[in-house]
Amino acid sequence: MSPLHKKLFRDLSSMRGQVLTIALVVAAGIAAFVGVRCTYLSLLESKEAYYERYRFADVFAHLERAPDTVGEELLAIDGVARVQTRIVDAVRLPMEDMLEPATGQIVSLPEHGEPVLNAVHIKSGRMVEAGRSDEVVVLEAFAEAHGLEPGDHLPVVMNGKLRRLRIVGTGMSPEFVFAMPPGEMAPDSARYTILWMSHDAVAAAFDLSGAFNDVTLKLEPGASESDVMTRLDAVLERWGGAGSVPRSHQLSNYGLEQEMGGLRSMANTAPAIFLFVAAFLLNVVLSRLIALSRPEIAALKALGYADRRIGLYYLELVSLIVLMGALLGLAFGNLIGGAFTQMYTQYFRFPDLRFRLDNGVYGVAVAVSLISGVVGALGAVRRVVRLPPAEAMRPPPPADYRRSFFERSALFAMLGQATRMILREVRRRPLRFSVSVLGIALSVGIVVVGRFFADSMNYLIDEYMQSAWREDVAVGFLEPVSMRELHSLEGEPGVFRAEPFRIVPARISFGPRHRDSAVMGYSAGSVLRQPIDRDTNVVPLPAEGILLTRKLGEVLGVSIGERVRVEVHEGDRPTLAIPVAGFVSELAGLQGHMRLGALDRLLHEQDTASMALLSIDPARYDELLRRLQDMPGVVSINRKAVTVERFRRQSGEMNHIFAAVLAFFAAIIAIGVVYNNARISLSMRSRDLASLRVLGFTRAEISRVLLGELALQVVCAIPIGLWIGRKMGEGIMSFYDAEMYRLPVIVSGSTYAFATLVVTAAALVSALMVRQKLDHLDLIGVLKTRE
Amino acid sequence: MQDEGDAATTREVVLAARGVTKIYRMGEVDVHALRGVDIDLYEGELLVLLGASGSGKSTLLNILGGLDTPTSGHVRYGDWELTHADEAELTNYRRKHVGFVFQFYNLIASLTAQENVALVTEISEDPMDPTDALGLVDLGGRLNHFPSQLSGGEQQRVAIARAIAKRPDVLLCDEPTGALDFRTGVAVLSVLDQINRELGTTTAVITHNAPVGRMADRIITLSDGSIQNVETNATKAKPSELRW
Ligand SMILES: Nc1ncnc2c1ncn2[C@@H]1O[C@H](COP(=O)(O)OP(=O)(O)OP(=O)(O)O)[C@@H](O)[C@H]1O
Ligand SMILES: [Mg+2]
Repeated sequence: MSPLHKKLFRDLSSMRGQVLTIALVVAAGIAAFVGVRCTYLSLLESKEAYYERYRFADVFAHLERAPDTVGEELLAIDGVARVQTRIVDAVRLPMEDMLEPATGQIVSLPEHGEPVLNAVHIKSGRMVEAGRSDEVVVLEAFAEAHGLEPGDHLPVVMNGKLRRLRIVGTGMSPEFVFAMPPGEMAPDSARYTILWMSHDAVAAAFDLSGAFNDVTLKLEPGASESDVMTRLDAVLERWGGAGSVPRSHQLSNYGLEQEMGGLRSMANTAPAIFLFVAAFLLNVVLSRLIALSRPEIAALKALGYADRRIGLYYLELVSLIVLMGALLGLAFGNLIGGAFTQMYTQYFRFPDLRFRLDNGVYGVAVAVSLISGVVGALGAVRRVVRLPPAEAMRPPPPADYRRSFFERSALFAMLGQATRMILREVRRRPLRFSVSVLGIALSVGIVVVGRFFADSMNYLIDEYMQSAWREDVAVGFLEPVSMRELHSLEGEPGVFRAEPFRIVPARISFGPRHRDSAVMGYSAGSVLRQPIDRDTNVVPLPAEGILLTRKLGEVLGVSIGERVRVEVHEGDRPTLAIPVAGFVSELAGLQGHMRLGALDRLLHEQDTASMALLSIDPARYDELLRRLQDMPGVVSINRKAVTVERFRRQSGEMNHIFAAVLAFFAAIIAIGVVYNNARISLSMRSRDLASLRVLGFTRAEISRVLLGELALQVVCAIPIGLWIGRKMGEGIMSFYDAEMYRLPVIVSGSTYAFATLVVTAAALVSALMVRQKLDHLDLIGVLKTRE
Repeated sequence: MQDEGDAATTREVVLAARGVTKIYRMGEVDVHALRGVDIDLYEGELLVLLGASGSGKSTLLNILGGLDTPTSGHVRYGDWELTHADEAELTNYRRKHVGFVFQFYNLIASLTAQENVALVTEISEDPMDPTDALGLVDLGGRLNHFPSQLSGGEQQRVAIARAIAKRPDVLLCDEPTGALDFRTGVAVLSVLDQINRELGTTTAVITHNAPVGRMADRIITLSDGSIQNVETNATKAKPSELRW
């Protein structure tokens, strides 16, 4: 091994503290980048594979009833490759382990063979057998939530009749990745399910023998989706077609796309910030470290080493450090990617969701780190080798020793010697000080980035949802009920107040654009639900016309005064033209809001409600619940506290793990920066400090000089870092433009406190480590050689 | 000043400088470190450079050794014009022909004595064995010690071994005894003398101790950037006879 290589390895090992912390900074940057991005890519890939393998359809349509022969007609439509007719209907499941009944959909499977489209992936047990009218395959998530297994029985109300069905298998399908009842905010696997049953049994139960009420299509490659849909709707018109839905609007896929979109913007921004911050810090730290080797570089040059060879040496040094970081980053990245993916399997149920590390992503992360490190290192090497060796061998030009105005002031004279030394140092190298402060500030910032998303989510849950839904219980009815019936609920046990509420499922469109959503009807004087904006201010409803979620207005491209088309998806399915009266900046969903009276007039109905909002005495909830369950026509009973809690659990768990992981990496980065800053100042000033020691200063006194500077850097960096963190949060959120949520950037006091704490702790740990070095300062050795 | 006409002229000129000036721009003021210096180094001679602090000794030596470039003037090594040499050529010049010894040794702290010498033998064409080079400076027993485990004089001897291991044509020493006590200084000078005699290496030594001149073939005294005096010794003293 050549002497330079020996030097390389000895230097690496004698600087192991620094080398390790720098490698950890690199590792943290790479791991955050790779872990989060590859989780996203794994999800995307699993989704694509799932859709492909289980033949997820392109177009969906529901209708009232059409004879089976219409299927042939549909297959004849230009551009249609395959057709699957079937029966889909709503069911209710009075589960023994739940007070509120679960709801769901039953989906018929062909008597023989696999479905042409939307195949079912069996997780346990088996498929239903032909001719078995009591066999059912149930959604895996629902089975898990209730502890059901193949062989167990399930009570199902089909077409008004209660039946005991036998579970023969659990399964999942690309159609129901996100299985949630329309209008719900989050999937609830315990309360909503899909049942697959053999065709004849479903047909018999719903009186649809020889007919179908639902159809899904696969298009020929290159076929026009909208043309096919127009032709399809034309055919189904006669059979009570409700309007076809393209894959992009299919409920599960839409929800999934929205979630993945959110994830994508997260995966594109936060990890990139981590990676670039780490790369920047690597650049700074390495360039400083090398600037310290100025005399050695000069000596090598004097001995006849060419610049190129010296550059190569530092290239090797940097590459080894980055390589170490890259390997650690690979390990960490795999670890957190695996953990994130594991979490997502609970959420997005794909048959085969496994974390796959993408070599391209890893390559990018390593390349960014390497380039940044090499640029920093070689920049510093170049600055040294550019000098004639005679000059490089001398210490860098002495700093400007003029006294500033401040230093001549009386205040300065009153400061202690250590403080004066610190302030002089800052003044002499303002750029160095600023870069150190920026480095620490960035690590403060990324701690904030790691946590603000959870804060914003908490705001949505704690502030926004609480203000938007003031009721305790929401009762849903099968058919709209009259006001009289509704107010009679006020006589039920524990009910203080009952308010009517109407949710009309509808397609809202303007020009060629549409969204399937709902129109909410609010009764006059209602207080339990009112439209609120993102700051939780109540937005007054206009007497006529509709208020749209601002985002929906943007999606449709409609402005105030123009009329949106509202195709109602219930009752007589009328199509209404309603003028847009205004927009509400809501944080969640896309919907319309109207006065109930105005809505009723348009629907030619009177005083009807599809829901009752109750304000109740919580102590009497169980009693009330039993009464409500016995009421005919009641389809859902939702307790707000439960809904909110479920939502919190679902989003909270993921966000908290995400935040914890990012905070951990941010802390590593913070330690790496602060420690290396301190170590480098120590090396730069060890001669001064040793001289002070020789002059009789105590260890504590010289520590004060060095650590005081560190403390000053941290104190300056924290407020700047908190600000940077918030700005980075705003940057991330500006990419996060999902139709499901539009979260405000909320950074809680506790996040600011946490970021401050993490970095302060990192600084303290670094200070302790440096203090150790200071205590073992080699007085003689330092003075023996020239700095 | 070149026509001394005695012992030196019988030897060939290895390194020649003509009209070398060096001006450092320090903001408003120009520092004239060298003001038109002419100097020849003869093959195999031992030259001592004397002069007050700030008189330009180091500047001259650095320019002769290709560590720095003059503001004006010429430096020639044999037939090789160094004045307009680029960085790569200067590196090549240093690598092939020049050995340096500095006042502060400039050893690489993380390499042992032997490895510090090997650092040079690695990149030389016909080097000595590092062990032999260290043997020459009487450090054969300290091969595997790190600089921090050696005394100042020992470190300087390692530096000398490192400088001579490549068998340089010119050995340039800037205050090699500056950081050492008298006895150690004499020991270091003895090594330089011995190498000059045994290997015939042209050697230039900067020192603040005028008596050291007695061991040289010639003594050149610089003053305020110019050559003030050139003296030739008829008989050279042994380093062990020196006193200062
Ligand atoms: N990098 C530099 N910038 C400005 N002036 C310089 C620089 N290097 C040397 N000088 C000036 O050039 C002059 C000659 O310096 P040089 O180092 O050659 O002196 P010297 O004779 O070696 O002195 P000493 O015996 O103290 O080492 C001095 O006045 C010095 O201040
Ligand atoms: Mg000098």
